[in-house]
Amino acid sequence: MARILLFIALAAVVFVALPFVVPSYYVGLTTKILIFALFAMSLDLLIGYTGLASLGHAAFFGISAYTIAVLSVKLRMSEWIAFPAGLTMAIALGAVFALLALRARGSYLLMITLALAQVVWGIAFGWRTMTGGDDGLPGLRRPAFVSDETSFYFLVLGLVAASTVVLVALIRSPFGLALQGIRESESRMQALGFNVWRHQFVAFVIAAAFAGLAGALYVYYNRFVSPDFLHVVRSAEVLIMVIIGGVGTLLGPAIGAAAIILLEDIISSQTQHWLLALGIIYVATTLFAPRGLIGLYRERFMARRKP
Amino acid sequence: MTAYKALDVQNVAKNFGGVRALTDVTLAMAPGERLVLLGPNGAGKTTLFHSISGNIIASAGRISLFGQDITQLAPDARARLGLARTFQITNLFRQLTVFQNLQLAVCGAQQVTFKFIRPMTQYADVRERAEALLAEWNLVDVADTIVQNLSYGEQRQIEVVMALAGNPKILLLDEPTSGLSPAETHRVAAMVRALPRDMTILMIEHDMDVAFEIADRIAVMHQGRIIAEGDEATIRGNKQVSDIYLGVE
Repeated sequence: MARILLFIALAAVVFVALPFVVPSYYVGLTTKILIFALFAMSLDLLIGYTGLASLGHAAFFGISAYTIAVLSVKLRMSEWIAFPAGLTMAIALGAVFALLALRARGSYLLMITLALAQVVWGIAFGWRTMTGGDDGLPGLRRPAFVSDETSFYFLVLGLVAASTVVLVALIRSPFGLALQGIRESESRMQALGFNVWRHQFVAFVIAAAFAGLAGALYVYYNRFVSPDFLHVVRSAEVLIMVIIGGVGTLLGPAIGAAAIILLEDIISSQTQHWLLALGIIYVATTLFAPRGLIGLYRERFMARRKP
Repeated sequence: MTAYKALDVQNVAKNFGGVRALTDVTLAMAPGERLVLLGPNGAGKTTLFHSISGNIIASAGRISLFGQDITQLAPDARARLGLARTFQITNLFRQLTVFQNLQLAVCGAQQVTFKFIRPMTQYADVRERAEALLAEWNLVDVADTIVQNLSYGEQRQIEVVMALAGNPKILLLDEPTSGLSPAETHRVAAMVRALPRDMTILMIEHDMDVAFEIADRIAVMHQGRIIAEGDEATIRGNKQVSDIYLGVE
């Protein structure tokens, strides 16, 4: 317990001090890492805790981003309307996905979520007058109070930290334990009197809400939205972040997000074949660290502590 | 004098495509009665069991629990009416601890669901009941053990304890002794015998000795029908039953 508190305190000091120590490029990179850490954690709630594999998670991320961009750029609305509207759309889409997809399990669920997400991608790609098609929508401005890199970083840090606290509380609550029970055995949970479908539905909507928050932050970070936000590659990328970090650990996916974004930053400055590198990293992880970086750390750590 | 039967199965049938798994099964249990279902593999025992627990829905007929029609209800709704079951193939939360398994069972029984904020540890009623179960069934030492690291015998025992968490009115035991050594079988049989007498128990069992030891009444199934019903002497004296068990058609 003391170790955990020490770890949290240390992390808080590092994250708060960071923008005063490192160049602004790295503040931006850390902002991106924080956003994707939240995105990956939201997916881990589904995959790692509820046992529902989704390959359409970018849809929630992207619809929130598009809603904000369209309302702000096309319709000139204030961020106080656009931002909540983005989250609301992500939540609504999460409910729709859950209603349609929760009849399937395993790889079939993966396929249905993928197909549904591609529908959303197709709309963003095709509806040129509203979304700009594959040119995307440029020209989004950050809210005035977070217009510079450092204050935006602190906004993101605050929201991601608060979201992490909420997710941790959720996992430790009776609801969180019930999700883990569903992951382990749906039939047993039913026999114990739990409405399994309703739990999965709520988990789906909560995951979509946090993915939507990540998408909302990322569109302000990027000041531009394109169909890439919604693409299956983005869904796969966040899935790989979760797997590389460690499924079902919450902290793991955040570390996975940091690892992937840092590697992407380094590798794509050298070569255009980032996706190839990502594939190799993924294969290496599944071969050598099937429980992710967190699992690898725990195994090593436990081994060293043994007499 | 009780107004309702604990369990009332009337003319239940179940077809899987063209296969008739159950044909016109009628079975009633008085509250507190202990009935054992016997029968060879494929006789329809588990299908009948699933129809009662709600894992499959009967094609025809009516099933009621203490007078309430449950024929179409989902398994979780039946559980909330006081029906608990175990599984023939051990069905636990394998990657959770024994204590977490029991916590979930108690949460289900007490309907502590959709609580999002306070940590599980702060629900005193759930904790107390789970701790009582640990103490009652000698599981205190393994409370923090991950279930998949327990022996098969211990897992079979927890399989039954999970169903007891909510003091069910009616308990369905699907071959609780399957795969156990004679000593472990004896222990589980003793455990079932020691349950409160007012708990209605329906049990599938292959071991004749265990069946006769526990049952007030026995029903024998064959090819989707109940072919004999009665006490130990009736069943032992039934020609058709001994033919089936000796392999004569």
